[in-house]
Amino acid sequence: MKIWKLLSGTALCACLSAPAFADKASDTVSMAFNKELETADTYFNTAREGLLLNHAVWDGLLYRDPETGEYKGNLATDWTWIDDTTLELTLREGVTFHNGEPFNADDVVYTINYVTDPENGVKNKANVGWMDHAEKVDEYTVRIILPAPFPAAEEFLAGPVAMYPDEYYAEVGPTGMGLKPIGTGPFKLAELEPGKSFTLERNDDYFGGPKGMAGVGNVEIRTIPEVNTQIAEFFNGTLDFLWGVPADQAEKLEAMGKYTVVNAPAMRVGYVTMDTAGRSGDGPMTDQRVREAVYHAIDRQAIVDALVKGSSEVIDTACSPAQFACDQSVTGYEYDPEKSKELLAEAGYPDGFEIDFYAYRNRPYAEAIMGYLNEVGITTNLNFMQYAALREKHRKGEVPMAFLTWGSNSVADASAITAEFFTEGPQDDARDPEVVEWIETADTTIDKEERKALYSKALQKIATEAYWVPLWTYNVNYVMSPEMDFTPTDDELVRFFDFSWN
Amino acid sequence: MLLYILKRLGLAALVALTVSAISFSLLFLAGDPAISIAGENASSEDIAAITERYGFDRPLPVQYADWLVSAAQGDLGRSWYFDLPTTQIIGDRLGVTMTLGLLAISFALILAIPMGVAAAVRPNSLIDRAALFISVVGQAIPSFWFGLILIVVFSIKLGLVPASGSDSWKHFILPTVVLGYYATPAIMRLTRAGMIEVLSADYIRTARAKGLNPRKVLFKHALRNAVIPVISLAAVQMGFMLGGSIVVESIFALHGAGFLAWESISRNDLPVMQALILVFSMFYILFTFLADVLNAWMDPRLRVG
Repeated sequence: MKIWKLLSGTALCACLSAPAFADKASDTVSMAFNKELETADTYFNTAREGLLLNHAVWDGLLYRDPETGEYKGNLATDWTWIDDTTLELTLREGVTFHNGEPFNADDVVYTINYVTDPENGVKNKANVGWMDHAEKVDEYTVRIILPAPFPAAEEFLAGPVAMYPDEYYAEVGPTGMGLKPIGTGPFKLAELEPGKSFTLERNDDYFGGPKGMAGVGNVEIRTIPEVNTQIAEFFNGTLDFLWGVPADQAEKLEAMGKYTVVNAPAMRVGYVTMDTAGRSGDGPMTDQRVREAVYHAIDRQAIVDALVKGSSEVIDTACSPAQFACDQSVTGYEYDPEKSKELLAEAGYPDGFEIDFYAYRNRPYAEAIMGYLNEVGITTNLNFMQYAALREKHRKGEVPMAFLTWGSNSVADASAITAEFFTEGPQDDARDPEVVEWIETADTTIDKEERKALYSKALQKIATEAYWVPLWTYNVNYVMSPEMDFTPTDDELVRFFDFSWN
Repeated sequence: MLLYILKRLGLAALVALTVSAISFSLLFLAGDPAISIAGENASSEDIAAITERYGFDRPLPVQYADWLVSAAQGDLGRSWYFDLPTTQIIGDRLGVTMTLGLLAISFALILAIPMGVAAAVRPNSLIDRAALFISVVGQAIPSFWFGLILIVVFSIKLGLVPASGSDSWKHFILPTVVLGYYATPAIMRLTRAGMIEVLSADYIRTARAKGLNPRKVLFKHALRNAVIPVISLAAVQMGFMLGGSIVVESIFALHGAGFLAWESISRNDLPVMQALILVFSMFYILFTFLADVLNAWMDPRLRVG
């Protein structure tokens, strides 16, 4: 790790004199993903990279203004709830897909009926499982029928639910769409080499809508797994935009004073979960005093200041502040190691205890947490695992304590996190029937105020019982060449159509 | 000779089968594949649906048998990650890795054999010490560090070569140097040791005593014998480079099969992993076989039996 830092420092110093220039002349923004893009078919893609492509190439029926949180019409111009489970939408006329196919009710009905059919095996079932099917009313009117009331419907229609061209998709299927995506979006896909690169080209026939016309002509995205190589390419002027730059590297780039470095919050939150329900055996975590002791033991602010950095903030609530109904006024527990030791002694552990502690990412953060726990006598044995292996173990109830994170798929609604962790699913360590009932009711209640009140009650109880130690929100560093202009939003959705030149 | 080749091919198939069976079992220990496919933000509902769809709830031997039957028909499955046939994905990537591997091993041989010979001719001389120094440095420098230093100097400062990608021959210069240099020390040391041993052999002394041209003695009589184990080592190194060029491919964003293997492990893309293991093991066997044939050609004594 030290060598990496030394090297990046060397690289940065060595390049102080190297010019960086955005390719404004060819109207092309070059950027890199450090992860290979899965298939381009957004319904068979689970990574954030795919979500970014989704918003560039396709449109949803609605659009959420990232600044105000307000839902606006996109491919639909108007929408009304006929009843709790029927949403009627009026579609925009005169829109065409990139291949010239006109957009109408048939496309919406086909897309929704395709993605909700379990036979078709859409990967992110949670994105579409809240819909039952769609019906055509007339050429530009459709109805979406839900199996049960789902208050976050608008959020999903503005997010991952993209509209596909029915004729094209029926012909080429997921594989064809994966290689040659066709949408109505502000960008067309000009070229794609699976896993390696893809190039987006401005859709000059775009209808505009709330997204507006793309501000740059082309966006070229290459897969460069190594962040130091990305920085080298940035210095060479062959990359104009870096996304997800580690905090220390971003600080050095900013100190050079030549580049635009912007830090923005992300919806991902970190937390420590504890086996309250005793699924892994009758361990110490079943005792509320022990869980409170854990909470008091960790100096979250110090970790944020030293390691997480950026715009991250300490949270007490078991969701992201960027999400609807994520009440921030719940009980908090200050960093107080003495109080922690007292609580442990009261619970019958005056000399502390030993416990298995699991983590899968951000090892330095995990080690910092462990350091604080060790100070009050909780000796933690670190099991650092692959995500899939850890989640499997957690689902089986074999994890007494873990440092985990959750990104909510950028869905700005508290249900995207609480439904997963507090409704007796395989990842629910608390299994509190009262909390389960409040959340399940909130998840199917349309009235916003009522929902807020229910989530608030649930989140408050999660805090008072110390089922979780909510840690902090994550953040993302964006680095741009001086020629580029882009304002990141707090949902980590890089909207390529918002790129422009200075 | 034909029988010999057929026997070797049969053995190769058996080895590949064993490797695939072991890897199939081991890969499933790396965590629930359904969770990997579903991704980090997937709900429990998603995972359950994927488990059912891909049949992960079936017994492991049944899943393996299914895979084997398809593999025998040339169908190595579809990548869970890319949703494309694994043969297509691997085909796209293998060219890059093969090119890199061949360039790197050539670079290593061109650098290491002359160095080894020069060092052996004058043991403990300045040349010998210099060769050993280069060799030690080659072993000690981590590839990622060396790669990044080369990028900083030759790509950023001097602007001579691109930092990443695989679009032209220029893109292969730095990765070849990094990967080739990594293989150099072992080849150099083996050449040196072999040459020192051979140069003290009776037949060399006889050849010299007969007044043969010293250059002819060195290159025709000594090197030919000393280089035999080097060929076997180079074959093993070449096999290693195919699978082991992960770091180099990652730094230089080469998108080869080595990096694909690494990524496929981390995302539990089992069909790709299984196909890669099969392909890599076949290449290993092929290179070893070719090295044996080459050795037999160079040393008639090895042809017996």
